[in-house]
Amino acid sequence: MTTLTDPPKESFRLSMLIYDTRYRSATIQVVALMGFMLAAAWLIDNTITNLESLGKTITFGFFTEPAGYDINQRLLDYQSRDTHLRAALVGLLNTLTVAVLGCITATVVGVLVGVLRLSKNWIVAKIMTVYVEIFRNVPVLLWIVLVFALVSESTPHPKTFKGVDTGAVVVTNRGTYLPEFLFSNSLGDLSFFGASSLRFNVSLDLIAFLVVLFGGLFVSRKIKRSADAVQEATGIRPATWWKRLAVIALPIAALLYALGFHLGYAELKGFNFKGGTHLRNSLLALWLALSLYTAAFIAEIVRGGILAISHGQTEAAGALGLRSGRIMSLVVLPQALRVIIPPMISNYLNLTKNSSLAIAVGYMDITGTLGGITMNQTGRELECVLLLMAVYLIISLSISGVMNVYNSRVKLVER
Amino acid sequence: MSDTSFVRTEMLEQKEPPASTIGIIGWMRENLFSSVVNSILTIISLLLVAYILSGLLPWIFQSSWNATSLTECREIFTATYGTTHGHACWGVVNDRWLQLLYGFYPDHLYWRVNLTLVLTLAALAPVLFSEKAPRQLLYLTMAYPFLMPWLLWGGSIWGPIVVALGFVIGYFVYRVVTEAAGELIALIAGVAAALIWWMVLSGVVVSGLDSVLPIGIEAVESRKFGGFMLAVLLGIVAIGVSLPIGIVLALGRQSDLLIVKAICVGFIEFIRGVPLITLLFVASLLLNVFMPPGTNFDIILRVMIMMTLFSAAYMAEVIRGGLAALPKGQYEGADSLGLNYWQAQRLIIMPQALKISIPGIVSTFIGIFKDTTLVSIIGLFDVIGLSTAIRADTAWNGIYWELFAFIAVLFFIVCFSMSRYSMYLERKLQTGHKR
Repeated sequence: MTTLTDPPKESFRLSMLIYDTRYRSATIQVVALMGFMLAAAWLIDNTITNLESLGKTITFGFFTEPAGYDINQRLLDYQSRDTHLRAALVGLLNTLTVAVLGCITATVVGVLVGVLRLSKNWIVAKIMTVYVEIFRNVPVLLWIVLVFALVSESTPHPKTFKGVDTGAVVVTNRGTYLPEFLFSNSLGDLSFFGASSLRFNVSLDLIAFLVVLFGGLFVSRKIKRSADAVQEATGIRPATWWKRLAVIALPIAALLYALGFHLGYAELKGFNFKGGTHLRNSLLALWLALSLYTAAFIAEIVRGGILAISHGQTEAAGALGLRSGRIMSLVVLPQALRVIIPPMISNYLNLTKNSSLAIAVGYMDITGTLGGITMNQTGRELECVLLLMAVYLIISLSISGVMNVYNSRVKLVER
Repeated sequence: MSDTSFVRTEMLEQKEPPASTIGIIGWMRENLFSSVVNSILTIISLLLVAYILSGLLPWIFQSSWNATSLTECREIFTATYGTTHGHACWGVVNDRWLQLLYGFYPDHLYWRVNLTLVLTLAALAPVLFSEKAPRQLLYLTMAYPFLMPWLLWGGSIWGPIVVALGFVIGYFVYRVVTEAAGELIALIAGVAAALIWWMVLSGVVVSGLDSVLPIGIEAVESRKFGGFMLAVLLGIVAIGVSLPIGIVLALGRQSDLLIVKAICVGFIEFIRGVPLITLLFVASLLLNVFMPPGTNFDIILRVMIMMTLFSAAYMAEVIRGGLAALPKGQYEGADSLGLNYWQAQRLIIMPQALKISIPGIVSTFIGIFKDTTLVSIIGLFDVIGLSTAIRADTAWNGIYWELFAFIAVLFFIVCFSMSRYSMYLERKLQTGHKR
C-alpha cells in the first residue's frame, strides 16, 4: 500500500528574502525603489531648504513679464516689449529652424561624401577621407566659432558694395542676403491667438502652394498606380514621367503666376542692405558648422551601410535581369537603409542638441533666450534650466519615438 | 608514323605585363583616369587641392614666429612680403602656448602637470597594451586615482592616503566577514565599514596626521586650472569614472527587475535627451542648490560630476549594444555551468561584451573629450575660452586663425590617435569571430 503525501510545507523564513531566488528579485526591487525615493527626497528637501534660505519660491510667473531684450534673427514678429514666454517661443522656433536646415544640408553633404569616399578614384576618395577625419576629430564648438570668425571677419563690409550691382545673393560681414519671395496679389495672412504671447501668422500663399503641391503629388501617385496596374496586366510599363512631372509642375506654375510671384533682392540703402531674406552671421555660422560637422559622421554611416550589403545581393539581382537603377532601388537601398537610418537619426538628434551651442555665437535659440538672457534677467535658474531640459527632452524623445516606429517596421522577421 | 607532336620541356620566360598596366602609369590609369567622368573628377580634385595648398602653404610657412604683437607681425609682413594678408602670425602661439596648454597653473609647478600626464600614460599602459606592458604597472594604476588629484591640486598628502585607506579597510572587512558569514553580508559590512571610515573617522585622522607630520606640496586652486590640461583632465575623469557606472546602468537596463530597469532607463534617456550644455548649466548654477545647505564644492568638481553622469549614460548604451550582440547561447551556457548572476557576468558575459563594445567606448571617449570644450561657455578657461581671453589682450586683438589652427591641431592629434588605437584594438581582439 502506498500513500501519497505532500512534501513538507516550507515555512517562510526571513532569510528566504535574500537566499531564495523566488523572493530575492522582489527584495532587491523594493530596496532599489526605497533607495531611489530616499535619494529623490533628499535632493528635493535640499532644494526646498536652499531656495527658502535664498527667499525664492518656484514660480513661472516671470513668463508673463516683458522680456526687454531684442532677438534679431526670428521667424515670428517680436518686440522687446513682448513677454519672456514669447521670447522662449521665438527661441524654440530658431532652434528648430537651424536643426531642420542643418539636418538637410548635413544629409546632402554626408551622403555625397560617403559615396565619394567609396569611389574608385584614388584622389577623390583621399580628399573625402581627409575631410571626414578633420571634421570628426576637432570639437564642434571650435568649428562653430571658427566659421563665425570666417563669415564675420573675412567678408566685405556693406559699404564696399556702394555703386556695385549686387545681384541675388549678397555676402557681407553683417550677414548674407538672399532673395525673398514676394507676391503682388498676395492672399494675405491667417492670424491665430490674437494678441497673446502665442500669436502667429500663417501665410495663405504658402497654404495655397502646399495644397497645390500635395494635390499634384496625389495625382502623380494615381498615375503611377495605374501604370503599375498596366504593367501587371500586360507586362509593358507605359512611360509616365512626363505626365507625372506635368501634373505637379503646371498647376504650381499657374498658381505662382496668378499670385504674382517675384523675387525681392536686397538693396544697399544708406549704410546697410534692406530687403531680401537676411541670414545673420550667427545663424549662418551655426548652420554651416553643424552641418559640415555632422556630415562627416553621416558620411561614415553611409559608407558603412553601403559596405554592409554583400556583393552577392547585387549579383543576384543582376542575375534576375534587373537593370542597375532598379538593382539600386529595389535590392540594395532597402537593405542599406535599414543599416543607415537608425544611426542617421541619432545624428540628427545630436545635431539638434549641438545647436544649443548657438549661445557661443549669439544666435538666439531656446538656450540663448530661455537659458540665457531670460535666466540672467529673472534669476530663475531652477525653473529656466528645468524647462530648457524639458524642451530638449521632448524634442529628443519625439525623434527617437519616430525612430522606434521605423525600426519596428523594417526589422527583419526572425525566429 | 612519325610522332610530330611537340611538348615543350622547359618553362618559357614570363613576359613583362604591358607598360600601361604596371608601375606609376598603370596605377594612374587604374585609379585616376579609368573613365571620362573619373578623369574630370581627378582634374577638378587636383585643381581644388592646388588651390587650397597655394593659400595654405604660404600662410603656414611664410610666417613670423617671433613677433610679440599683431601690429609687429603686420610690420614684419609689410617689410618682407609687401602685404599683411595670407601670412600666419605664429608669434601668438610662441608667446602663449604655455598658457594654452596649462591655463593659469603656476609656472613653477608645471612639472606636476607633466608628471601627472606621464603617470596617466603609465597607469593606462597595462590596461591599453595588456600584453606588452609589465604587470607591475597595475599597482600604479590602482594608486593613480589617489595620486592624480594630489599632484594636481596639491595640499597635504594625508587626504588621498586616508581616502585610499577607506578602500583597504572595506576590502579587509569584506575578506574577514566572508569567512564568518557569507558573501552578501560581508559585502554590506565592507561597504559600511568604508563609509564609516570616510564619513566619520577620516576627517579626524587627516587633521591629526597633518598636525603630527605635515607633509604636503603647494596647493593650487581650481580656478587656476585651464587650457588643454583641463580638457584632458575632464576627459580622463569622466571616462574613467563613467565606465563602471555605465556597466552597472547597462546591466540594470538589461535586467528582469522592473523597477531597477525603469530607474536605469529613465536616467539614461533623460541624460541622452538633453544637450550637455544644460547639464553644465546645472553644474554651474544648480548643483549647489541640490546639495545640503552650506555645501560649496568647486566648479571643476561640479563639472566633473555632470560630465561623468553624461558620459555614463552614453557608455551604458554602448555596453548595452555589446550585451545585446552576444549570442543567447553564452548566457545559457553560463547558466548551465551553474554560475550565479555576478559570476556569469564577470567570467563569461562582460569580457566578451566589453570586447565587442571597444570601438563604441573609444568613440564615446573621443566625443566626451571634444565636448570638454563646452566648459568655456560656463566661464571656465579651457583652450577656447583662453583663445577669447588672448584676443582681448591689446597685443593680440584681432587674431583668429593662428589660435584656432593651434587648438584644432591639438585636438586632432589626440582624437585621431585614439581612433587609430581603437582600430588597432579591434584588429587585435578580433581573433575568434573572423570568418
